[in-house]
Amino acid sequence: MDLVLQAVINGLVSGALLAVPAIGFTAMFAVLRFPNFSVSGVATLGAFAGYQAYAVGFEVAGSLAVAFAVAGVVGLFLDRVAHLPLVKQGALPAAIASIASGLVLENLVRLGFGNDMRGYDRPIARDLHFGDIRINPQQTETMGVALAIMLVVFAALAFTRIGKAMRASADNPELAALKGIRPERVAMMASFVGMGLVGMGGMLLGLDSSIDPLTGARILLSIFGAAVLGGLGSAPGAVLGAFLIGIAEELSVLVVGSPYRAAVGFFAILIVLTVRPRGLLGERAF
Amino acid sequence: MLNYLLFIATIGGIYGLLALGLNLIWGGAGMVNLGLAGFFAVGAYASALATTAGHLPIPVGWMLALLAGGFAGLIVTLSTTRLREDYLAIVTLGFAEVVRLVASNEVWLTKGTDGISGIPGPWKAALGPSFNAAYLAILLVVLAVVYVLMRRIDRSPYGRALRAIREDAQVAQVAGKPVLRFKAQAFALSAAIAGLAGALYGHFTSYVAPDLFLPLITVYIFLSVAAGGIGNPAGALVGAYLLMTLLESARFLVEFIPYVTAVQRAALKELLIAVALILVLRLMPSGVLPERIPRAPQPQTGGQP
Repeated sequence: MDLVLQAVINGLVSGALLAVPAIGFTAMFAVLRFPNFSVSGVATLGAFAGYQAYAVGFEVAGSLAVAFAVAGVVGLFLDRVAHLPLVKQGALPAAIASIASGLVLENLVRLGFGNDMRGYDRPIARDLHFGDIRINPQQTETMGVALAIMLVVFAALAFTRIGKAMRASADNPELAALKGIRPERVAMMASFVGMGLVGMGGMLLGLDSSIDPLTGARILLSIFGAAVLGGLGSAPGAVLGAFLIGIAEELSVLVVGSPYRAAVGFFAILIVLTVRPRGLLGERAF
Repeated sequence: MLNYLLFIATIGGIYGLLALGLNLIWGGAGMVNLGLAGFFAVGAYASALATTAGHLPIPVGWMLALLAGGFAGLIVTLSTTRLREDYLAIVTLGFAEVVRLVASNEVWLTKGTDGISGIPGPWKAALGPSFNAAYLAILLVVLAVVYVLMRRIDRSPYGRALRAIREDAQVAQVAGKPVLRFKAQAFALSAAIAGLAGALYGHFTSYVAPDLFLPLITVYIFLSVAAGGIGNPAGALVGAYLLMTLLESARFLVEFIPYVTAVQRAALKELLIAVALILVLRLMPSGVLPERIPRAPQPQTGGQP
């Protein structure tokens, strides 16, 4: 029983970290209408940008800002030159090009940093014990940061002009354009913020473990799983999906062992698409 | 040198087979399979296990690879054919990852990351040094059979129905075409061809391991089909050999760059392939051999001269 409770707590922590890139991915899907596979490369890039900033003396918050900015700018650039010109031909060519650009980023990081694992050099803290349950203060701190990021994102979506414009565009692009919302600006904002969140997500997950060029590729299916489970295009859905995937991944370790943890996202996607394609909180899937 | 060329020609032919399979669904029906590497692996393992642990003859192994690939394709497509194509893309990507996880961790079956070695090649002992040439001949026969099949499908009413689905599934549905069944069939056939390609690969190199089926192979095949011409089976073959040329020239070129480590060389090669795919999609979307859509048959005009 304690094992299960511990797994659920760990799952809530990793779910909170996963929610950040999942919101980014799902928001981009809602506005730009293609699944952007370059999130794997962008998450890696964000993790390394944050790592580098942390290594030269930035605090965690400052490093996260660096990760956000670098990933956002690069993601926006790739969307402009490689993906969005192809969306006119359909979602698939853009999706295929995004796989290639993710690979480009991954290999640029590999050129610069090699294949070795790196860890953020954070001060070590002792676990807190509550009965048989262990809680690591650093993990709680990272989780708090992730929750704060989510709060800012949802506040921005709810109250700022550009946030409202993004939601309107995602809901009905023609009507939004008719009302004077400029679709180009909304698309650029979605690329920048979406990829920025993905980059921060890469760094948050790196803070929790370690990073290497395949960091992003490893979390890709979890991100997709969270977004599809919650309903592609729904930001609250991505958060719910991320927590569920996080918990399911931790519980799966108890049942089938850690090697198959990485398969949880895939099976979640397969089951959701078979049973309820629009996901838990999504609206359209056809 | 001759052996090197034979090796390149054989691997290029195997990629050509994968490209023919991908072209059937991408060019034909507008679906993509981002898990090609996974279906390739399923076939390779099916045949390797059947002929090593199962002691079955090689042709039986190849048939099993075909069936295993097709069956896997059917399972993957069942949950997603109703949905938009981008959902299928996500599912297939995940499928390839899961195949690699199973191959790495079910050690009792697949020997894990050590891989399966000693996969028999046809008449390998009797042929001795001319094995590579003979194997290339066998491969070319298979390739020719699959190519003719693909061309027949391309020109058949079935192929036209698939293209109609690609252009507008709703219209095809209204015209009475069983869209879901056609899509599932095409995907399963394409996956079966990928499985067969995997078997041909395993019996050629005599060794399969999870690390041989990285997602990069999928990117290779997309580059082949896009460069050759999406929707044209001949283009898929030309594209596969163009890819081999690019890969091998890249291998020689990176040798000349000073002060780089082996890891950096590998990264540069992957970078080159990825950039090439983006450039082809952006600048040359119809490839070197663009799709030719045969004219619709003219209705008979009732006996007038």
